[in-house]
Amino acid sequence: MIEIDKITKLYGSTCAVDAVSLTAETGTITAIVGTSGSGKTTLLRMINRLVEPSSGEVRINGEPTHAVKPHLLRRRIGYAIQGHGLFPHHTVARNIGAVPELLGWPREKIAARVDELLELFGMEPAEFRERLPLELSGGQQQRVGVARALASRPDLLLMDEPFGALDPIIRTRAQEDLRAIQRKLGSTIMLVTHDMDEAIRLGDRIAVMDGGELVQYGPPEEIVAQPATSFVADMVGDAERPMRLLSLIPVSALLEPGTAEGAPLPAEATLREALSACLWTGREAIPVETEGTPAGRVTLAAIRARAERHA
Amino acid sequence: MILRAALIALLLALVLRPEVFTPLFAPFAPENGPVIYTRSSLLSLSLSHLGLVAAASLAATVVAVTLAILVTRPAGEAFRPLSRTITNVGQTFPPVAVLALAVPALGFGAGPTLVALFLYGLLPIFENAMTGLSTLPASTMEAARGIGLDRWQRLWRVELPLAMPVILGGFRLSVVIALGTATIGSTVAARTLGEVIIAGLLTSNTAFVLQGGLIVGLFAVLIHDALVQLEKYLARRSGRG
Ligand SMILES: Nc1ncnc2c1ncn2[C@@H]1O[C@H](COP(=O)(O)OP(=O)(O)O)[C@@H](O)[C@H]1O
Ligand SMILES: [Mg+2]
Repeated sequence: MIEIDKITKLYGSTCAVDAVSLTAETGTITAIVGTSGSGKTTLLRMINRLVEPSSGEVRINGEPTHAVKPHLLRRRIGYAIQGHGLFPHHTVARNIGAVPELLGWPREKIAARVDELLELFGMEPAEFRERLPLELSGGQQQRVGVARALASRPDLLLMDEPFGALDPIIRTRAQEDLRAIQRKLGSTIMLVTHDMDEAIRLGDRIAVMDGGELVQYGPPEEIVAQPATSFVADMVGDAERPMRLLSLIPVSALLEPGTAEGAPLPAEATLREALSACLWTGREAIPVETEGTPAGRVTLAAIRARAERHA
Repeated sequence: MILRAALIALLLALVLRPEVFTPLFAPFAPENGPVIYTRSSLLSLSLSHLGLVAAASLAATVVAVTLAILVTRPAGEAFRPLSRTITNVGQTFPPVAVLALAVPALGFGAGPTLVALFLYGLLPIFENAMTGLSTLPASTMEAARGIGLDRWQRLWRVELPLAMPVILGGFRLSVVIALGTATIGSTVAARTLGEVIIAGLLTSNTAFVLQGGLIVGLFAVLIHDALVQLEKYLARRSGRG
């Protein structure tokens, strides 16, 4: 559990982060979202003490971070940033193994961990281990950056716009991979982004920052359906709200008995995908199946009704 | 590649078998005067010349890189202009004046020459080391702190290796300057290849001047080339080339 307790950062007379408190549960992703200059990076960097807070404290599993030497604290907290920040003169293996090496793991254990992570990220170890970062694509560099942050199985992973430098298609893939890997490993992640879509897609909880203040903190459904301020509403985007809401609800939520014509959707698909299928193929209902067997259907009328509940 | 091998062969011949070149230099020697310098072995002069340059350049590298490291730390930033001034002054002082001033303190011989070469070597290495250490990729430095490297680890594992090709560029410049400047050391009785040139000037023997000049020039060209290759290799290996 990560507890941020009334943390503040003053730069001269400007308040970059203003008494922010929030608690993130172990094994969840917290997405910190806000416009540029709202204090997201400063908030994140106070967690691993790259920035020292002016007041307030952070506790990781109950232990205050100021009780530990900064560089030792940072070895327990994964850190991945935009533009990956890999060491250009070290191989992929040495980059990923950097923190285990600092922690004094034996060589064989580091090598095994490096291979395990490369495989987890879909990169053939024998092919990539000895390459330099320069010899990787942007998407691969970014994956190695995240793998490095995960290498020592840290209590917490901090990510500052990790996908910011990727083009849209690769970015979506990277987000899906991160979600899958986080689920699999049960990692606790705090991720900064200026992109509300990314926050909704990845966050179990979303923290919205505005002018150094935390203006709303809650699950994505709540942020989309009940924005606390007009700033949050703007971030969500009025025109996009119904679609965003539908993208958060699985088809299974509106499953009803019966049959329908045409290609089926899996039960994990979102209402947004179901709506899209209805509109695109001119159907009033879509058949739904779980693991290949018919489970019922979802209707356009039900989707509309669900969206209107929040309008 | 072939050119390089040819230059090396020419240099070795000039140093080890100078008599082979008698017909070539003869037109430049005075009537009935000696054509080839024989007062001392060219090999031992070359080794002494290179030794002085190496010692002075290494000392200059240690001092200049240390200084550059200090002024690129947050705490040393205030000293950056001062250290720049000092190294610049070292450069603008004429080498002959340095020798003249150093002789009373250090006596004749290698001492004053080492001091002059050392002072001349500082500036290019310092400037390059400062550039190299202050233009490192920001995201790499941020990550280095972020994953928990302490100051020393950042310096040794990240900053110096990444700045190395640039530092080496400064070292190369220093060495080439020193190779030329070392010749004037012979005026204060340091054993360098300048001895051959000065003997030529004193006896109006152009053959000696050519002989000494050619050897110094070839050393400079070949060492310059070797260091350029080393820089390229390091730049490739540090993933920035
Ligand atoms: N080192 C610093 N010195 C002075 N002001 C800073 C510093 N770092 C950040 N700030 C200011 O703090 C505010 C928040 O910055 P930041 O946390 O980087 O925002 P974000 O990551 O949301 O774009 C900005 O107004 C920024 O100018
Ligand atoms: Mg930022």
